[in-house]
Amino acid sequence: MADTPANDGFVTFDRVQKSYDGEALVVKDLNLSIGKGEFLTMLGPSGSGKTTCLMMLAGFESATHGEIKLDGVSINNIPPHKRGIGMVFQNYALFPHMTVAENLAFPLEVRKMGKSEREMKVKRALDMVQMGEFGGRRPAQLSGGQQQRIALARALVFDAELVLMDEPLGALDKQLREHMQFEIKHLHEQLGITVVYVTHDQGEALTMSDRVAVFNDGRIQQLAPPEDLYERPENSFVAQFIGENNTLAGTVERIIDGVAEVRLSSGEIINAEPVNVSQPGESTLISIRPERVEIDHTRLPADAHLIDAEVLEWIYMGDIFRTRLRVAGNDQFVIKSRNSGDQRKLVPGERIKIGWAPGDARALEVTE
Amino acid sequence: MTTSTEPVVAADGLPLKRSLARALRRQKIRALLLIAPLLLFIVLTFLVPIGNMLLRSVDNAIVEETIPRTVEALRGWDEAGDVPPGEDVFEALYADMLIATDAKRHTRLGSRLNYESSGMSSLFRKTNERRLGRFELEQPLAPQFEDIDEDWITLETWRVIKSNSDPVTAGYFLAAMDLRATPTGIEPVSDLQAIYVKLFVRTMILSVTITAMCFLLGYPIAWILANLPSRSANMLLILVLLPFWTSLLVRTSAWKVLLQQQGVINDLLVWVGVLADDNRLAMINNATGTVIAMTHILLPFMILPLYSVMKTISPTYLRAAKSLGATDWTAFWRVYFPQSVPGIGAGAILVFILAIGYYITPELVGGTDGTFISNRIYYHISSSLNWGLAAALATILLAMVLALYWVYDRLVGIDNVKLG
Repeated sequence: MADTPANDGFVTFDRVQKSYDGEALVVKDLNLSIGKGEFLTMLGPSGSGKTTCLMMLAGFESATHGEIKLDGVSINNIPPHKRGIGMVFQNYALFPHMTVAENLAFPLEVRKMGKSEREMKVKRALDMVQMGEFGGRRPAQLSGGQQQRIALARALVFDAELVLMDEPLGALDKQLREHMQFEIKHLHEQLGITVVYVTHDQGEALTMSDRVAVFNDGRIQQLAPPEDLYERPENSFVAQFIGENNTLAGTVERIIDGVAEVRLSSGEIINAEPVNVSQPGESTLISIRPERVEIDHTRLPADAHLIDAEVLEWIYMGDIFRTRLRVAGNDQFVIKSRNSGDQRKLVPGERIKIGWAPGDARALEVTE
Repeated sequence: MTTSTEPVVAADGLPLKRSLARALRRQKIRALLLIAPLLLFIVLTFLVPIGNMLLRSVDNAIVEETIPRTVEALRGWDEAGDVPPGEDVFEALYADMLIATDAKRHTRLGSRLNYESSGMSSLFRKTNERRLGRFELEQPLAPQFEDIDEDWITLETWRVIKSNSDPVTAGYFLAAMDLRATPTGIEPVSDLQAIYVKLFVRTMILSVTITAMCFLLGYPIAWILANLPSRSANMLLILVLLPFWTSLLVRTSAWKVLLQQQGVINDLLVWVGVLADDNRLAMINNATGTVIAMTHILLPFMILPLYSVMKTISPTYLRAAKSLGATDWTAFWRVYFPQSVPGIGAGAILVFILAIGYYITPELVGGTDGTFISNRIYYHISSSLNWGLAAALATILLAMVLALYWVYDRLVGIDNVKLG
């Protein structure tokens, strides 16, 4: 997992391991370098070790092995309150017995900042999240979205260079969540802070991040910018976890000039890009994104592969149509087509030919 | 749409409020029936006795009921002067006493008046049916009463009778505050007799001490309980409740065994060499004993409300405070502690109110300087049979608790009390 050259390693995890019970490793040999000003998202299912990594960085959990460095200095033995890392918690953790302004002043007070400077900073932080008039309220008097903004302002008010966010939008409804995603992204750009963001929502990860680290089973499965992650997943887990994905099982016949010929279980042979298969005879899963599959053959390149399909279900979803097909024995094969006006409605039972550009079919390893 | 000034009307034209009330009536009746047994029980066993006690603390009808003519005749007598009442009063007294001795009520009146002035009991007991029967009615009655007891013609006796002739008296309350009424006004009783104010003050001080001790010992335990995984927390919670499984009397007696001068703790200290054998600590039968034993008994009442409130405080708050730069102590003091205040309030009120009225433990381990006002109340109910004074003391105790409750409400706010 090579870093991009821009990375100067503001935060680095060096061979970090973590075990809670001395029997199983929750985090297995984590190596990660986060550049200054980067927005890095740790994405993964629950229990994948992403939150543990964040807690180790914040100082609430200690690494069983390995070293965590902040700006070149090892922070393994620095207590959380001396790390100067801002943090936004899942349920905001706004202090209920303090007003919004007191919540924001808290980190400044414990830093022994003077009253006038404190007030100025609190006001600036509140204005930054458009909550200037709410300083006198109690957290309980605010809506979820407003609390979220205050939590954000509180993590930023003491000018932390690194801000950690632990599923901060998990408690918001969909619309507000999407709105807040952009706000956080804009704040990140404006302030030039480094953000480490933990989520299990892949949409969130793709929207906001410079790079995404996909966690599973205590390891980073792929660390890449959102586009690479979606377009070029490096293994089956990432392909399945990020976005919707169709899989066709098959066996590699041969690999010539970076193109794998794969015999599907139905006997048909198709071309695919070999990602982590190398040997003829190897079992493979061909991964194809639903939106890359075309019904309209005129939109396909000349070398596109066409395959028989039977329509099982056709669902109108507003902006797109979602069609479920049986393809090469897989009856969960889904295609998404844009509601473009000239699209025709498919009828269940109809037999059609579908196709995709050869580069969109990726031959990945078979997982158990 | 109707405007806000007109009453809203239901579909049948009746005011909506009345329709709603009718619709809810069945529910209300059912709810009332469900609580009726408890309501009746509380009224009979709690409100009635308390009301009775409040009345008894001022009730003085016995004098007027037993010797009504005397009370009437005494109206003309000037108690501030230095002349005993005239013959008309003695005639009235004779008539009253004849009836009273016949009904055997004169001794009860004597006991009652004896609370005000000692000697009255025997005075009335002596003035019995037999002595009254030998009176010669043609002769003046005053000297004949004097023959029975010369107290009958002293000013003091008649002042006591006259000052108690109202059916309502403040005498019990005055006595309960170490005061007494004299013809010249209210004045304190002599220092030797004054005990109640001292006892009230001691009861307050010891109760506050016990509450503070329970808080100091209970807070860390509650904190540990609230932060342990629930399995081990439940186990420890059972240990906290374990004392409830043992009789209060047994536990208190166990403290005697532990704390007495020849007891386990003193023996141990002497054996270790911390104490000289002739210098053993007096830890029982005094205020120390009361505080130790009652802190032990009341501790669960502090721990449980604290625990249930702390359980609701998310550990994330402490983490948040630390991530914002607070040291462990600042995080606790500024963020955790304020959120646990409702639990402290509930625990403190519970312990304090239980302590202030506690009876059995101070009785057993309090000795002379560790007893509470409740021990005195019990004494007046069961031994001296001065129920009026007992009622007055209890009423003052109740008033003190209510006053403290009010102060607490003002300072902390009763809405801030949480049991979980």
